[in-house]
Amino acid sequence: MLQFLNPVKISYRNLMASKLRSLLTIVGIVIGVAAVIIIFAVGKSAQKLIVDQIQGVGSNLIAVMPGAAEDDGPPATIMGISITTLTYSDLKAIINSTGIPEIEAGAGYVDGTVGISQKDVNLNASLTGTTASYMDVENAALLSGRFFNIDEEKNLSRVVVLGNSIARDLFEKDDPVGGKIKIKDQNFTVIGVLEERSSGGFGVADQDGAVFIPLKTAQKLILGIEHLGYIRLKISNSEMSELVEAEVASILRQEHNIQDIANDDFTIRDQATTVETLNQITDVLRYFLLAVGSISLLVGGIGIMNIMLIVINQRMREIGLRKAIGARDTDIIIQFLIETVTISSIGGIVGIFTGVVVSFLVSMVAGAMGYTWSFIISPFSIITAVLISVAIGVIFGIYPAKKAAKISPMESLRYE
Amino acid sequence: MASFLIKAENIDKIYSNESVETRAVQGVSFNLTEGEFVAIMGPSGSGKSTLMQILGFLDYPTEGRYLFRGKDTKNFSADELAKIRNEEVGFVFQTFNLLPRATVLENVELPLLYDTRKSNKEENTQKIKKALEEVGMVHRINHFSNQLSGGERQRVAIARALVNSPAVVFADEPTGNLDSKSGIQVMKILQDLNNEGKTIILVTHEGYTAQHAKRILQMVDGQIIKDESIAERRMADGEKELK
Repeated sequence: MLQFLNPVKISYRNLMASKLRSLLTIVGIVIGVAAVIIIFAVGKSAQKLIVDQIQGVGSNLIAVMPGAAEDDGPPATIMGISITTLTYSDLKAIINSTGIPEIEAGAGYVDGTVGISQKDVNLNASLTGTTASYMDVENAALLSGRFFNIDEEKNLSRVVVLGNSIARDLFEKDDPVGGKIKIKDQNFTVIGVLEERSSGGFGVADQDGAVFIPLKTAQKLILGIEHLGYIRLKISNSEMSELVEAEVASILRQEHNIQDIANDDFTIRDQATTVETLNQITDVLRYFLLAVGSISLLVGGIGIMNIMLIVINQRMREIGLRKAIGARDTDIIIQFLIETVTISSIGGIVGIFTGVVVSFLVSMVAGAMGYTWSFIISPFSIITAVLISVAIGVIFGIYPAKKAAKISPMESLRYE
Repeated sequence: MASFLIKAENIDKIYSNESVETRAVQGVSFNLTEGEFVAIMGPSGSGKSTLMQILGFLDYPTEGRYLFRGKDTKNFSADELAKIRNEEVGFVFQTFNLLPRATVLENVELPLLYDTRKSNKEENTQKIKKALEEVGMVHRINHFSNQLSGGERQRVAIARALVNSPAVVFADEPTGNLDSKSGIQVMKILQDLNNEGKTIILVTHEGYTAQHAKRILQMVDGQIIKDESIAERRMADGEKELK
């Protein structure tokens, strides 16, 4: 015990004797460890935010997108390429098929960004043309008024349902229902306002900031297109999704006269796959950031090694003396390892603290900005950080320590 | 045959680098029994410090045999040498070599930290106090070594050399960095220790300092040219005066 306590005490005094130098060495480790903690925490929280938003829409959704996907890669439409192979009749064929009882509802969508005005207020907003079944498929709720019905969907009615925040932007405190707005200079009557939902999830424009009009109205009067952007299907049992996907695929192949699976001009994705893909993407990002954080740890470690090599030169006589009074090589190695591990551990502890505080501040800021951001610090990241900082002390301390142990007592006692 | 503590037989020490070979010690032989007070004396470069380092297990001889308590030290491993340095040898250096940021207690404690023999904290504290009493420094036990005067530092260094009750104390120019008063004090301590039975090997270039020993090995150019006891010398000096 005495053999360990004394070196710890002495290394503490040595650290305090050159405060600035010790501080700078420790800061190197603090930055690295804090970076690792922050990347773990903020990365995990961001991942949770995204996944929660998708799952908020419903985990039992299947999306049909035009264009073929390369293996597990994203379909071309996500990259912003417009593909016109998906149509309203495809949606009808799927919905009306008697072979898929698991499909509870299906909605078709077209998206665009348009200029909207109400009296003096002019703004650009995202517009979604959709079917009357939207509310059912998306689990959406109304704040006031009503959503458009099938008749309005078919009759090119100029009715609009507003997302929560855009309703406030356009009408401020007035009741929007019954009010008139202009979309691309055409008059529309507001018939409803949706309840607030922070995000529509991946692949859907932010619901609060969008306006919703009947699908055909959007296609013919606003966007001038015939095709669908995508279809979303709500199924009764998410465990059946693979079967449903297969059925939907066979219907679409029939509709599009496709004989060979390789020629599919559509992509079907279920929510679970989307969540998994997103998790993979965010994981890759996190590991990349972690690699960047590790580089700063590496630099911190090199800093320790550098300082220890200088320290050994400065303490040549001390090393010689210790050997002269009976220290073995291993005693000298332990002595210097204790010193480097002390430095790296202090850096580790301060780094963990800094990382936790910064992650907490990030969660506060994100919360203030309206995100449902959870403050997640995993015990795993703390344990990893502790182990890493001790390991850095050992790894970067071992070379200087061995060098010190190899010094001949005679030469070091002569050293001036 | 008397059992010698130290027996040196034809010891050579050669330092060589690429171009130059330096014979620091050449064919040195002598014996030393327990309780002696020997001064190795000579001008700088005479090889006296090198000889002390070999005798103190800090260095190996290039040639010759060095027997300690009758055992040839040639085949001792580095760890065995460290153990001997810890248990059998105490060093006092010209420059004291105290740890500056450690207290007197911690400095004297240092050899005990490397002692592989079992001892408890209380025994260690007793040893430290006893060693400090020998040099009259108990009252400074909690002072930091950089708060002490040169003479006091050297006394602490002697206490550190004594704490593990070694068989031999090596003192390498122990008065070299001290004023004359402190120097006298330090030599007095060494003499007292010798009177109590401790073996002391003193390395010095000063004739005056060497006079405190009972036997002087005179070295020149790596060789012992004279080995005489102080009593013999005094007798010879007396004879000279009579003539």
